[in-house]
Amino acid sequence: MDFITNFPLFTIVLSLFSGALCFMLSGNAAKKYTLRFQGVMIVLCAAVLFYTIRTGTSFTYVMGEFPAPWGNEIRAGSLEAMTALFFMVIMICSVSGGYRFVDMDLDESKVNLYYALLNLMTAALMSLIWTNDIFTGYVFLEILTLTSCGILIVREIGRTTLAAMRYMILNLVGSGLFLLGVVLLYDFTGHLLMVPMRKAISLLWAAPANRPTLILSTGILTIGLAIKSGLFPFHFWMPDTYGYATPTSGSVLSSLVSKAYIFLLIKIYYRVIGPEIFAQMPIGRILMVLGICGMIFGSLQAMSTNNCNRMIAYSSAAQIGYIYMGIGIGSTAGYLAAVFHIFAHSVTKSMLFLTTPRLAEVSGDSLKFKEMTGSGMRDRDAGAFFLVGSFSMIGIPIFAGFSSKIFFGLAAVGSSNIKLILVMLALAVSSMLNAIYFIRTSIRIYSMPEGRDQGEVRAHHRIGYNLPMFVLTAINLFLGLFSWVAADLIEHGLMMFG
Amino acid sequence: MIETLAVNYEEAAAIILFGIGFTMLLFHQNLIKKLIGMNIMDSGVFLFLASMGYIGGRKAPIIVDGVQETSAYINPVPAGLVLTGIVVSVSVTAVTLSLTVQLYRRYHTLNLDEIYDLSRHRLEDR
Repeated sequence: MDFITNFPLFTIVLSLFSGALCFMLSGNAAKKYTLRFQGVMIVLCAAVLFYTIRTGTSFTYVMGEFPAPWGNEIRAGSLEAMTALFFMVIMICSVSGGYRFVDMDLDESKVNLYYALLNLMTAALMSLIWTNDIFTGYVFLEILTLTSCGILIVREIGRTTLAAMRYMILNLVGSGLFLLGVVLLYDFTGHLLMVPMRKAISLLWAAPANRPTLILSTGILTIGLAIKSGLFPFHFWMPDTYGYATPTSGSVLSSLVSKAYIFLLIKIYYRVIGPEIFAQMPIGRILMVLGICGMIFGSLQAMSTNNCNRMIAYSSAAQIGYIYMGIGIGSTAGYLAAVFHIFAHSVTKSMLFLTTPRLAEVSGDSLKFKEMTGSGMRDRDAGAFFLVGSFSMIGIPIFAGFSSKIFFGLAAVGSSNIKLILVMLALAVSSMLNAIYFIRTSIRIYSMPEGRDQGEVRAHHRIGYNLPMFVLTAINLFLGLFSWVAADLIEHGLMMFG
Repeated sequence: MIETLAVNYEEAAAIILFGIGFTMLLFHQNLIKKLIGMNIMDSGVFLFLASMGYIGGRKAPIIVDGVQETSAYINPVPAGLVLTGIVVSVSVTAVTLSLTVQLYRRYHTLNLDEIYDLSRHRLEDR
């Protein structure tokens, strides 16, 4: 049973190894290998989740047998295991739902490189989730940046290269700030492992003279990760990046990569700074205001675009705003809502990004709303799944988006009056805006095109596409109908987290 | 204020370098200059780490002549971090340079604004 404590390390090392292996395989073999490997990863993560829930505590895996103040550590609690499992499920659904487009968008000789990059990205995601060492966090953060840039540029049309360049520059700014923040904190505390760092920080915080420097370094680190995850006003790279990438990349980037940065940020707040000390810093309030601005401006920009993928990308900016608002509330309930929304948004957004290319396919390869009129009737499967995704984004009951809005509301009720009013207003306005542009799009894809007939209906149903979409729908409904199960797990995980 | 800066002149220089690199990376339109800015920014952080990790009068942590007290040596971790950081910075630079080459081949300019305009005209329909 205790052998399971090795599994977190296995997930990282095996992914790195798979990345190297895929370089040597042919494109098709790499795809098959990657899908099977991701199945293995799901089993590994599920085993860790089962183990941590059964033992009821988190465990620390010491690398190279050097004990706590030195060496490098991996730490796994139920929240980490749950996130890892969830990320892997989304990953496998994105790959199996989108490989047909990968084959279409990429040169045949480069397909294996795409899967190699995806495997390396998996390694980076896993290490960001498991690591207990802040500098390891930085190194894998950069690996995540490089691989996400890689899966963008594989589709060689001019705009993706340009989008990748802008994405890269913004990410470099973000990583530079994050590195500076990490170095400053290391300078004050003398540690890189999170647990000794927290002890040192709580000692430092006791003296008021140290507080400005601690706030400054935490702030720098936060800005770095906020830029990388696309918090308002740093969200302008999103539509180009997500909108023109190959569907699997768009789905993985929006639902996993940006969330991994936020997960690392929450981990730093919980494990390095400590939630009590963080609540005394002004950073949370700033994050909340920016989050609310993101929720509203992201939605407004989503309404003003005429391209379906860009609309979904701008809506991602709005949803990232929700998550930061949850962090900004500052209580455990706020963090719970934020983590729940990470899950709810990932499952919904990956679904939408995998649906739109199919709708575009039956609309003359165009993602413009005008051409997409009636596409839901030409491709009934994709239309239905788009509807599920839209309903979840709007927050219609029984879908995941509704539950996360309830959790945000509950978190706000438990906090101060100003926060309560702000959060409730923001939730109301943002839900209304979400509803406007998602319902508008849903009506459009189900209305008859003017002046011409409905067009050819896609007849064959691909199980390879439908199965992952059913899985995503099932998770979405599970998060919507049995949100308390997920919420209990997250709360339990957050208790182990600190 | 000035005295503290003068005492910690290495750190002050590091932060100034970081600022220069940061603004270059953000606001310069030339892609190569952006990259140079990125490297200056990283160098600033490395200088900061290296100067913080060095304690005057102590030696590199390689045991010679049987001296084993920790007070004789400096902590090797900051130097290790600098090395790791340099590796990361080099690989990021390489990838970004390759992206720059691709963009230059396609648009024949290094100015990001111009590239943006050109790409809009070329793929109006996407």
